[in-house]
Amino acid sequence: MAEVSLRRIVKAYEGDVQAVKGINLEIADHEFVVLVGPSGCGKSTTLRMIAGLEEITAGDIAIGGTVVNDIPPRDRDIAMVFQNYALYPHMSVYDNMAFGLTLRKFPKAEIDKRVKEAARILDITPLLERKPKALSGGQRQRVAMGRAIVRDPKVFLFDEPLSNLDAKLRVQMRTEIKKVHQTVNTTTIYVTHDQVEAMTLADRVVVMNHGIIEQVGPPQELYHNPATKFVAGFIGSPAMNFIPARLEETSGALRLMLPDGATLNVPEARVARYRSHAGKPVLFGIRPEHLTDDKPTDKTNPAPLTLTPEVIEPMGMETLAHFRIDGAEVSARLDPATPAAVGQPLRLIAHMDQMHIIDPTNDKVL
Amino acid sequence: MAADGSLAVSAASGTGRASSLERFARRRSTIAFLMTLPLLVVVIGLVGYPAAYGIYLSTLNRRMTGFMEGDWLPTGLGNFEILFDSDTFWMVVWQSCIFAISAVLLKALIGFWLAHMLHHIPTKGQRKWRGMLLVPWVIPPALSTLGWWWMFDPSYSSINWILNIFAVPAVPWLGEPWWARASVIIVNVWYGAPFFMIMYLAALKSVPEQLYEAAAIDGATSWQRLRYVTLPMMANIISITVLFSLIVTFANYDIVRVLTNGGPRDLTHVFASYAFQVGILSSNIPRGAAVSLFMFPILAVCAFFVLRGVTRRNKEQM
Ligand SMILES: Nc1ncnc2c1ncn2[C@@H]1O[C@H](COP(=O)(O)OP(=O)(O)O)[C@@H](O)[C@H]1O
Ligand SMILES: [Mg+2]
Repeated sequence: MAEVSLRRIVKAYEGDVQAVKGINLEIADHEFVVLVGPSGCGKSTTLRMIAGLEEITAGDIAIGGTVVNDIPPRDRDIAMVFQNYALYPHMSVYDNMAFGLTLRKFPKAEIDKRVKEAARILDITPLLERKPKALSGGQRQRVAMGRAIVRDPKVFLFDEPLSNLDAKLRVQMRTEIKKVHQTVNTTTIYVTHDQVEAMTLADRVVVMNHGIIEQVGPPQELYHNPATKFVAGFIGSPAMNFIPARLEETSGALRLMLPDGATLNVPEARVARYRSHAGKPVLFGIRPEHLTDDKPTDKTNPAPLTLTPEVIEPMGMETLAHFRIDGAEVSARLDPATPAAVGQPLRLIAHMDQMHIIDPTNDKVL
Repeated sequence: MAADGSLAVSAASGTGRASSLERFARRRSTIAFLMTLPLLVVVIGLVGYPAAYGIYLSTLNRRMTGFMEGDWLPTGLGNFEILFDSDTFWMVVWQSCIFAISAVLLKALIGFWLAHMLHHIPTKGQRKWRGMLLVPWVIPPALSTLGWWWMFDPSYSSINWILNIFAVPAVPWLGEPWWARASVIIVNVWYGAPFFMIMYLAALKSVPEQLYEAAAIDGATSWQRLRYVTLPMMANIISITVLFSLIVTFANYDIVRVLTNGGPRDLTHVFASYAFQVGILSSNIPRGAAVSLFMFPILAVCAFFVLRGVTRRNKEQM
């Protein structure tokens, strides 16, 4: 059981590629933290530095209060699950799981007890004598997790463990991982590029981009209060709409002027927050789920808006409509009962309580 | 009208015949047979026939006028009977086994060590070193053995000259039986180790890096990674290379012929050089054939066990 702290961690590869540019992160004991970000943003590099598979160019990593910079992976008391599982092909499932304990000279009986217990948790008891070759992707994934669990390490590290599975299995294994964490309660650092995985699994999500941390917070906070344009656009699906707009002040009230001439009233509660940007160009950010059809609603501050759909995608429980405002793509989530048609102007409501205004000069959410 | 009709019929029957022939030619088994035919011809011509002829030869008497009579073995196996009773022959069997086993072991160990070293130097330098280390293997062994012979020469030995600098007494490389055996093995290892190196290097490259990372996290030291990851992953390549090299080394001829010519006192002969000595130099072709046939059962037993292991591992993994 241990907390993990990263202090000003830098990783530079040969040729001055800075993959990680000085990140700070404190992970509490028992916490499930997910590093999420687009491919190439430095998530794996960060995880591998924690594992000791990659040297740290600068900074300190501490596990359980001990700085581990110069401690080899085998003495860090961590376990890792790789994207392609990395099971030993010449060993049976049992031996794969027992290997780490055998090397650490655990008594046979203790190894047997732990392997059987992990196999029971993961529901792979009937597979123990098989070789990895004879397992399906999902089963291999479970074995890889079993190998981590039996070790009872201080920290679990996962590097995109579900990326090689098909969509259905991915959802199933996601639940499985969450259950395992609730059972064993080990500090977990989980890397993924999939924001849905991050939102569903994490106690706290760490959003990374270009080797830096954009924002750290519980999933709901990232969704409701993104700190930057990147986080606002990365978290949530379909992604948030960004529409270039202007803030105008008239007699103490603020209005957003959209390029197609529409004006939207800024809720009174937010006027003070945005006043300093009056008269300047801004980005108006609103999620598709907050741009809905015009129906009586209990939400306050609805702002009407008329747009003409270019594409309509019925999904069953909802319908996605895509529009264009002065080149910016905009989508809205409609009730499937709404009679929307391509080319027919449609009256929408923007739920202004849920909108964000972004300063285009530094991409910060105001 | 009638003419048109008959023409049409004959044309139709013509295409019918052509298409059945075509169908025969298109049958997969026919195509497969035709495509393997050249290989079959080569195998039968270059392996099957000489082997059968060799067996036939070994049953003849010295003048090849009839079968070789035996005292206690049936007629035709007389040559084998004489070999069984010959001390020199048993010395050759023993000598060949010692030579092949120690040379192959050394080649495998040195080849593995070289491959490991190469594997851990960056790709750019690796090509250069790999090329240089392969040189012994690409020089025709008869030529390079001549070079070694000269280095081992009693009066002009450059190796002894170097040893002398360090105050080590001169070594009778080719004059004393044990040293002569060692010399033959040294040259064979020098010539054959690059082959192991290149095979093992390819095998090392095929072990996924993540297995080592997983093992490192599981707690393996670098020695344990070699023992529990590298070696098991390479087991098939190692056994096939060893088998292959065992066959070639067992049948080695040129190095012994050039370096010691079986001497001193026939003490460094191996199967091939002894077969040549008996069959060609002493003009007893049937007995020479009998000597060389003796390699077959020994190698067949080795091949059986090695290949069985390979098949078993293939079924389990990959
Ligand atoms: N061994 C390496 N040598 C050089 N550059 C690397 C190496 N590994 C990763 N990088 C670079 O570092 C950056 C971050 O990589 P990585 O941490 O793997 O990203 P991801 O977030 O997709 O896991 C990428 O731009 C990648 O090209
Ligand atoms: Mg990655």
